Amino acid sequence: MDKSRRNFIRLASLSALGMGAAPALARAETASAVYTETTEAADMYGPNANALEGTHWGMVIDTTKLTTPEDIAPIVEACHSIHNVPDIGNDQEIKWIWSATFHESFTEKHNHYLAEEIHERPFLLLCNHCEHPPCCRVCPTQATFKRESDGVVLMDFHRCIGCRFCMAACPYGARSFNFGDPRPYISQINHEFPTRTRGVVEKCNFCAERLAKGEEPACVEASNGAIIFGDLDDPHSEVREVLKEHFTIRRKPTLGTQPSVYYII
Amino acid sequence: MLEKALKGKPSYWIWLFVLLSLIGTASIVYIFQLVYGLQITGMSRDVSWGLYISQLTYLVGVAASAVMLVLPAYFHHYKEFKRMIILGEFMAIAAVMMCMLFVLVDLGQPQRMLNIFMYPSPNSILFWDAIVLNVYMILNIIIGWITLQAERNQVDPPKWIKKVIYLSIIWAFSIHTVTAFLYSGLPGRHYWLTAIMAARFLSSAFCSGPAILLLLALLLKKLTEFDPGTQAIKTLAKIITYAMCVNVFFFLLELFTAFYSGIPGHQAPIIYLFSGWEGHAEWVAFMWTAAALAILSLVLLIPAKFRDNHALLPWTLAILVIATWIDKGIGLMVGGFTPNVYEAVTPYTPSLWEIIITLGVYGIGALILTVLWKVAVGVKQEVGTAT
Repeated sequence: MDKSRRNFIRLASLSALGMGAAPALARAETASAVYTETTEAADMYGPNANALEGTHWGMVIDTTKLTTPEDIAPIVEACHSIHNVPDIGNDQEIKWIWSATFHESFTEKHNHYLAEEIHERPFLLLCNHCEHPPCCRVCPTQATFKRESDGVVLMDFHRCIGCRFCMAACPYGARSFNFGDPRPYISQINHEFPTRTRGVVEKCNFCAERLAKGEEPACVEASNGAIIFGDLDDPHSEVREVLKEHFTIRRKPTLGTQPSVYYII
Repeated sequence: MLEKALKGKPSYWIWLFVLLSLIGTASIVYIFQLVYGLQITGMSRDVSWGLYISQLTYLVGVAASAVMLVLPAYFHHYKEFKRMIILGEFMAIAAVMMCMLFVLVDLGQPQRMLNIFMYPSPNSILFWDAIVLNVYMILNIIIGWITLQAERNQVDPPKWIKKVIYLSIIWAFSIHTVTAFLYSGLPGRHYWLTAIMAARFLSSAFCSGPAILLLLALLLKKLTEFDPGTQAIKTLAKIITYAMCVNVFFFLLELFTAFYSGIPGHQAPIIYLFSGWEGHAEWVAFMWTAAALAILSLVLLIPAKFRDNHALLPWTLAILVIATWIDKGIGLMVGGFTPNVYEAVTPYTPSLWEIIITLGVYGIGALILTVLWKVAVGVKQEVGTAT
C-alpha cells in the first residue's frame, strides 16, 4: 500500500511537471519563431529606403486651380477614406481636410469689395503643421507633438486623454474630437490605417505614414498638381521654387505660429 | 472627529439622502457618458469646452473664499474671523474637489487621467493647474483638520501649522492665476487673450467665493447654534463689496479696450454675448441679466445701511452669486469659443445630460461640505465656541 501510494505521488507529480512544461516548451518554440521574424522585421519596421526625406515639410495650395466644389471633393475623399475619417454629419463632425470661404479661411484679410470670383472660390483647410504649434504647447500629456526630424505635428491616439485643450489652443480649427465611437460612421474601413476610439482628438498628420513609404500626401496626389508638397528647408525643392515665383499668404500669420501651409490666391 | 457627522437630526439625514439620490442619478447618466462618449453633451467641434470646464473656472474662485478670511486673521490678526475660518477652509476642500471632478467628467478618456503625471509636461498649463489644485486641497485638509483638533482639545494649534497657513494664503493666489492662464495664453481666442484675465479671476473669486461662504454661513446660523458673529459678517460683506467693485471695474476695462480700439476680433465675443451675432443670440438674455444683477448687487452693497441690513444681505449675496456665475461660470466659456476661429457662430447650449452630471458634481461638493461643516459645528458646540 505504501509503495503504491509512493508510486501514485511520483506519477502525479511527474504528470504535473509535464503539464507545466508543455506550454513552456511551446512558448520556447514560438519565441524562436518570433526571433527569426524580428530579424527579418528589422527591414520591415526600420526606416524604409524609399522614405521621403526632409527637415521641414510644407505645402503650397494653388487655389486658382481649385475653384469649384468638384475640384475639392476628390481631395477630401482621398484623405478621409485612407485615414478612416468618419462621416458624422453634425456639429460634432470629424474632418482632416475640408473647404471654407475666403472670409472663414483668412479672417485677418477682410476687404470690402472682394473680387466676386474669390468670394465664390472654396479654400482647402487642414492642419498647418506650425513651426510653433500652440496645440503641442498646451497638451498636458505630450500626446500631440511636433516631430523633431521633419516638423510634422502628430498625435498619439493612445496617450490622448481627451481634455481638448489643443482644440481650444488651435487658432485654425484643425482639430476634431471623437465625441462618440467613430467606427459606425466609416463607410469602408481601410485596414492599413488605425481607426480611432471615442474620447480622443485627431487631425491631419501630413500623411506621415505615406511619407515613410516614399509617397506624397494623399491630398497632393489627388490634386492634379494644385497642391505642391516638399521640404521648405531645401532651397531647391519644388515648394521653394513655387514660393519664389508666386505671392502667397498664410492663415493668421500675426499669431506667430508660423504655418507650413501657403496659399496662392 | 468624523463621528460628529454620524449624529444628526432627521432633517440632516433627509438632506444627505437627497444629495445621495442626486449623486446616484447623475452617476447613472455619467455611466452613459462613459459608454456613449461626450456626444451626449451639447459641446461640438467648434465649442469644445462647455459647462463642465466653466464650472471648474467658477469653483476655483469659490475655493479662494477661505483666503479672504485667513489673510485678515493671520496677516492682520483680525480676531473676529477666527470662528468662521474653518468654514472657509472646509469649503475650499469641497470646491477644489468639485474642480477636479469637473475636469474628470470632461475628459474623453478618463481612465487615462494619470497620463498627466506619467508624462509631466511643464509647458502645459493644465499640468500646473492639476498640481496647484491638488496641493491647495491638501493644504486645506491639513490646516482645517489640525486647527479643528486643537480647538477640540482646547490647546493652541502646533506652531508649524502657521507656516502652512502662510503658504496656503500665497497658494490661493496661484490657483486663480494658473487657472486664468489656461485661457489667457491661447492665441486666436480674443475674449481670453487678455493680460487682465488673471486679475479678473482674482477679483471675481474674492467677491463670489466669500459671498457663497457667507450665504451658507448665514444658513448655518439659522439651522444650528453656530453664529459667525455680527462683526465678522459686516467685515466680510465689506470685503465682498470691494472685490465686486474691482470685478465690475475690470470688466469695464475690457469693454474700453475692445470698443475704443475698434478692433473687430476683440469686440466680436462681447457683441455676440450681449446682442447676438449673425442671428444667433443664445446668451443675450443671460448676459443682460448678469449685468443688471451685478449693478443691483453693488447698489445693495455699497451703501452701509443696505449692506448692514442683515435681513437684506442674503438676497444681495444671492444676486451677486447669480451675476458672477453667469459672467464666469458660463459667459467666459461661450465668449471664448464664439464667434469661432472662422468668425462664424456654432451655438452652444448644454444638454440635459450635461446639466444632470454637473448637478451631480455639485451634489458631491455639497455632500463633502455638509459632512465637514457638521464636524466643525459639532466640535465648536462641544467646546462652546459656536457662538
